[in-house]
Amino acid sequence: MGQVAEPERPAVPLLEARGLVKHYGSVLALDGASFSAYPGEVVALIGDNGAGKSTLVKTLSGVIRPDQGQILVGGEHVNLSSPLDARAHGIETVYQDLSLAPDLDAAANLHLGREIYRWWPPLRVLNKAEMRRRAVAAFADLGVELKDVTAPVATLSGGQRQSVAVARAVSYASRIIFMDEPTAALGVVQRERVLDNIRRVRDRGITVVLISHNMPEVLAVADRVEVLRMGRRVARFIAADTTIEQLVGAMTGALTTEEESA
Amino acid sequence: MTRLAPDVPARAMARSPLVVRRALSAGETWVFAALIILMAIFTGLAPGKFLTLNNLSLNAQTAAPFLLMAVGETFVILTAGIDLSVGFVLVLCGVVAGEFYLSNGGPDAGVGTIWLGAILGLLTGAAFGALQGFAVAKLKIPPLIATLMGLGVAEGLSYLITGGSDVRAVPNTLVSSIGTGYFAGVQWVIIISFLVTLVFGLILAYTRFGRYTYAIGSNPEAALRAGVNVDWHLIKVYSLSGLMAGVAGIVNLAYFGTTTISAHPLDNLTVITAVVIGGASLFGGRGSMLGTFIGVFIPVLLLSGLNIVGVNQYWQYILTGLVLGAAVYLDQIRRRLRERA
Repeated sequence: MGQVAEPERPAVPLLEARGLVKHYGSVLALDGASFSAYPGEVVALIGDNGAGKSTLVKTLSGVIRPDQGQILVGGEHVNLSSPLDARAHGIETVYQDLSLAPDLDAAANLHLGREIYRWWPPLRVLNKAEMRRRAVAAFADLGVELKDVTAPVATLSGGQRQSVAVARAVSYASRIIFMDEPTAALGVVQRERVLDNIRRVRDRGITVVLISHNMPEVLAVADRVEVLRMGRRVARFIAADTTIEQLVGAMTGALTTEEESA
Repeated sequence: MTRLAPDVPARAMARSPLVVRRALSAGETWVFAALIILMAIFTGLAPGKFLTLNNLSLNAQTAAPFLLMAVGETFVILTAGIDLSVGFVLVLCGVVAGEFYLSNGGPDAGVGTIWLGAILGLLTGAAFGALQGFAVAKLKIPPLIATLMGLGVAEGLSYLITGGSDVRAVPNTLVSSIGTGYFAGVQWVIIISFLVTLVFGLILAYTRFGRYTYAIGSNPEAALRAGVNVDWHLIKVYSLSGLMAGVAGIVNLAYFGTTTISAHPLDNLTVITAVVIGGASLFGGRGSMLGTFIGVFIPVLLLSGLNIVGVNQYWQYILTGLVLGAAVYLDQIRRRLRERA
């Protein structure tokens, strides 16, 4: 049976969702889903297709609003009505589709939405040199080698694009980063690089929420695992004490460690 | 296509000389080459007639309204949109200003009246564009349809306001200054269109407004998630296109001394062709004002050259249409090559 991780952790989660409900028309995407992430950990959020992972991530990053339920950051009730709200609470998301503008270069993407300027309105212009300089520094911080930060992101490899997206999130996020299937489109080498990225981010004290289908990867990098099934959290595990069989069991419904009342 | 180390081709590319690579991959280089070839052909066909200062200056004047509209169209196309209404909004703005002049002194109107009428025309363009932007951004009507709708409305309004006959009571001062006047030996028409292009080229390349325009065209979802107010930005971009059509309308009114109601049904073809030849992608996110600037002169010089060579000028529209098709086809190929890289 799976071990419940709760007692080992600090009392107050950094981010907590309680009883989230979300309907899309007649489809119930979240059916009283709960989730918690603690400071400085990598927590994996897993579940089968349609379990509600993406919907949960979107509600927690302010992209969509739940019909019911509460979201707490550091124990305080918050209202995340836009990605900017989430960002204000130090929450960033690296999306499955990477959320990059392929025609802009890495430096422009890194600073999209918070450009650095020279001069003042009405003659305020982009400070491209400074943005480029900071981009190079940000990539170096992550141990990413990017030869040309002025090349359109579309010309980069999948792994490099992923690195740009991660660097972007890291430089915004002060507390939590959601990574939605960060390795889905990548080859073996890039996959390792992304897992390294995740560890580096955690080592900076930022909590990483990893959404993934890849069980060995989850167990390799996560400290804890929370399992979602049919719009609810059905199990929590400490990664070190858990086997792939247990995760799969929880995902498919063969195994349930908690039953929550929404 | 090896999946083993996708980093390798990128690294190899980075090693080839940056300047050469950038110049060859820049759309502007190719458009400029095409323009030179076009000029060489006509110079060869009509020596001493085509490549003269007089003819080039005349072409720059002909190009002025197209250039102004193309400036706005460039922003619109960069957002992956399209504005079909430009020539019709040009006429509407000219009509609004013209009617204002007609009822305020006509040919004898003073400088104050001239300014007021011009501002009225520009506001008409900006407001008209903003409404189209609202239809695109908020009502989620595809740009093609929203501006086709706007095209019809602008055309109808122009005929309703004027009763179908051109307003010719344009202030003499306007015609003799902006219309046919010179400043430092250059026609005002040319100065205005080049200056506006320069200013908005700088805005596109160096400001947040320009950066967001590219970002929205490249990936609107990414822009939205980065905190860009995408809807509001689109409204501003379409409003800018309307404003530019308004500027073109005033310039056109001053240049011809009449509203030329029925003379602009294919301006949109010329303008969109110019922007696309200039390297802007109809899929958004890629293009530049320099490209547009060069691109405008291709249909204009084509018309002039055909006239001088003695070919029926209606061939210009056929050729412009074909050039537009070719430019979009080339863009498709470029995109496919890039995605494979």
